[in-house]
Order: sequence, then C-alpha cells, then structure tokens
Amino acid sequence: MSAVLDHLPEFWEGLLVTLQLTAASFAGAAAVGLVITAMRVSPVGVLRAIGTAYVETFQNLPLLVLLVLAVFGLPEIGIKAGLLTTAVVVIALYEAAYIAEALRSGVNAVSAGQGEAARALGLSFGQSLRHVVLPQALRTVIQPLGNVFIALTMNTSLAAAVGVVDLTAAANRVNLAEAQPIPIFVGAGLAYALIAACAGFVTGRLERRLGMVR
Amino acid sequence: MSNLLFDEPGPCARRRIRIATVAGTVAVLALLALAVRQFAANGQLDAARWQPYATWPMWRYLLSGLWSTALAAVVSAALAMAAGLALALGRLSRRRWVRLPAAAYVEAVRTIPALLLVYVVLFALPRYGLDLPLFWKLVVPLAVSNAAAFAEIFRAGILSVERGQGEAGLAVGLTQGQTMRMIVLPQAARRVLPSIVSQSVGLLKDTSLGFVVSYAELLYSGKVLATYNGLLIQTYIVVALIYLVVNASLSKLARVLEARRPGVRPPRRRFARV
Repeated sequence: MSAVLDHLPEFWEGLLVTLQLTAASFAGAAAVGLVITAMRVSPVGVLRAIGTAYVETFQNLPLLVLLVLAVFGLPEIGIKAGLLTTAVVVIALYEAAYIAEALRSGVNAVSAGQGEAARALGLSFGQSLRHVVLPQALRTVIQPLGNVFIALTMNTSLAAAVGVVDLTAAANRVNLAEAQPIPIFVGAGLAYALIAACAGFVTGRLERRLGMVR
Repeated sequence: MSNLLFDEPGPCARRRIRIATVAGTVAVLALLALAVRQFAANGQLDAARWQPYATWPMWRYLLSGLWSTALAAVVSAALAMAAGLALALGRLSRRRWVRLPAAAYVEAVRTIPALLLVYVVLFALPRYGLDLPLFWKLVVPLAVSNAAAFAEIFRAGILSVERGQGEAGLAVGLTQGQTMRMIVLPQAARRVLPSIVSQSVGLLKDTSLGFVVSYAELLYSGKVLATYNGLLIQTYIVVALIYLVVNASLSKLARVLEARRPGVRPPRRRFARV
C-alpha cells in the first residue's frame, strides 16, 4: 500500500495526462465524427464514398499500428509534433470512425417522415440535418456514444506503448522502482474504473433526461 | 442507401451536387499531393527505399509475422469465446452466487485497459513465480479482456431467442441444461455470428500489443525489420496495409453473414467494438 502512497505525485501526473488525452481526443473525435457522418448521409456520391472509406480504414487498422506509424514514421517525412499532440490527434482520428458509425446508426433510426417534413418546410440539407435530424439522432445514441467514450479511455493507455507517460506508464514505472505489483496495478485499474464509472453515470443521467426509446 | 435527407435532385440541386463532387475530389487530390510532396521532399520516395518490399525474403519475414498474429488471435479467440460462453450462462443463471461474480467480472474487465493487463502479466506475475512463455504473455491478457466482450455478445444472443422456445423445451420434458444446449444456444449462436466475427476483428487488432510483449507478431516483426533496415515509414506503411487487407476481409465477411439472414435483427451490443 505504501508503494502507492509514496508515489502519489507520479500517479497524479499520469492520471492528469490520461484525462488530458481522453478529453482532447474525445472532443476531436466528436468533431471529425460529426463531419464524417454528415458526409455519409449527404446526396453527394463522392463525399459518401470518402466517408465510408474513412470509417472502413480506421476501423480495420489497430490503433497501436497508427500510433507507431505516426510517432516513429511521420518525422521521417518532416512532420514533427510533440508526443502528446501526436497521440491526441491519432486517437481522435481513430475514434472518429467509431463515433461516425454510432451517429450514422442514430441518423438512420430517425423516421423518414421527419426528413420529409423538414424538406417540405423548405429547409436545406444542412438545415434539416442541424435542426431536425441530428438532435433526434443524438438522443438515440447517448448510450453507444458513452460506450465509445469508455473504450476511448481504455485506448488512451496505448499511448504508453509509444512513450507517453500516462496512468498506465506511470503505474509501470512505479512498479519497476518499487516491485510491488499488486497494489500498484490494482490502484491504476481502479483509477480507470473510476473514470469509466463517471462516464457511465453521466451517460445514464443524460439517457434518462434526453433519451428517446424507439 | 438512406434518402432521409434528400429527394431526387432538381436542376439547382444537381448543380450544387456537381460543385460538391468537384470540391471533394479536389480536396482529396490536394491531400494526396501534399503527402507525396512531403515524401519526395524528404527523399522517402526513392526507389531504393521501396525496392526491398518487392523482394521475397522481406515478405517471407512479414508473412511469418502475420502467421504468428493469426495464431495468437485464434488461440485467444478460442479461449475468450469459451470463457465468454461460461460467463454469459453464469450471468443468466438463477443462482445468485453464480450470477453476481460473472456480472462483476464482465463489468470490471470492461473498464481495465488491455495494455494494463499486459503489463500485469509481463511485470507482476513473474514476481509471484509465474513467468509464462512469450506467446502466452500476449494471449492470456487478450483472452481475459475479450472474454467479457464475448460474454455480453452471447448473453444478448441468448436473450434474443423468443421465450417460447425455452418454454417449449421445458414443456416436452427436457431439463434446463438440455433446453439451453439443444434449443436456445443453437439459435442464439446463429444470430450472434456476425457480432462474433467483428469482435474477432477487434481481437486481431489487439494482437498488435505483441509490440509491447516483444512477441514476434506482425507489428513487432515490422519494428524489428525497421530497426534493421532503417526504412521506418515504409515498413510501418506496409504493415498497416497488411492489417487493413486482413481486417477488411473479415469485416466484409461479417457483413455478408449479417445480410444473409434477412428479418432477424442482430441483438443490440453493449460493448463498443474498438
């Protein structure tokens, strides 16, 4: 137990990095995912194809391969960025595919009459998406988005494999120094579980307040 | 294709669609051109730097890495599915002392990163005298973490079978176990097959953690190769393309399986496939 308490600052630093990674990449993933979703439901064939290709590519590549490619490969072609920034961008791009997929299932769940009514009122594609379809779509996918958020939190730990000192890496370092694996890894696991529990609690609340049952 | 958001386009809409088509194409081409320019400007486009990937020894090495990936994926999928089925049955059991631990396992493992489990097996277990061979250091954490996901898939599948099926089984005199084995599970298995395949794609992606374990699967083979020949970006791009081809084929298979059974909706998933 003292192994954890003596190294609280390291754990705290790691936890902060994990939270930063999670928050920043979820925000980025949500933005990119929204754009991809809009492309995939648009009347323009080329944009739909680009959106589908994006989702297919990122869902079928391991995140670790993308991280390794970005961290060790990109400097070779003159693209240099900080380690944390690179990790955030890669995780955001990767998770955007999953968010886009969740959002698209939400858009497809909106009944066709809603889109027709929006067009009958004379709303354009962007307007009907923004004012009519997306608000309803978002309400049906609160739970799936929460699951993507939890998975994203777990996936941020992969940044440790390319050198970001997040919670997982901090736990590993403390363990190498102290050699008391049980309290250290259990502590780190509990911290992740706590983040996931908070996310679950928030999505549960949102679901009850805004959720739509179909 | 959903036509939720647009009708048959009129002349005005058609013009806008044409403009958007051109804009989208130009944007993609510009992005590609930028990438090629970056490669060329840093001398990464030289034939000498890509030549090695046209030779057989290179591919033989990478394909042997792919073989190890497949081996690790298949073994951990088999273990995870067996454990997942047991956990699913446990969660549906009438006995509380079976139900609660199974539920606790699934909920707990869902919130622990796979990499943390890998570190536990790598650095914690040896301290307690359990030093597994390299292969099992990768397979065990993957099986542990994917068992929970498979359990939820199986549970959703079993719950999606109409209640009347199980009741009919009991009514003709089968025991609980026989009903589950002979009537409910075969139907559930057929329904969850697409989910199983796509979860297996996720598992195959997870085997890239061999990079951390230094088990010579595809990504770690790529790392070894890149340190040996110094062709970092080329090697990792080739590795990524191999993953892409293999996983996209498996995902395609999942979609074909899903489309082959019209009318039966696959059970809703609680796990994000990530």
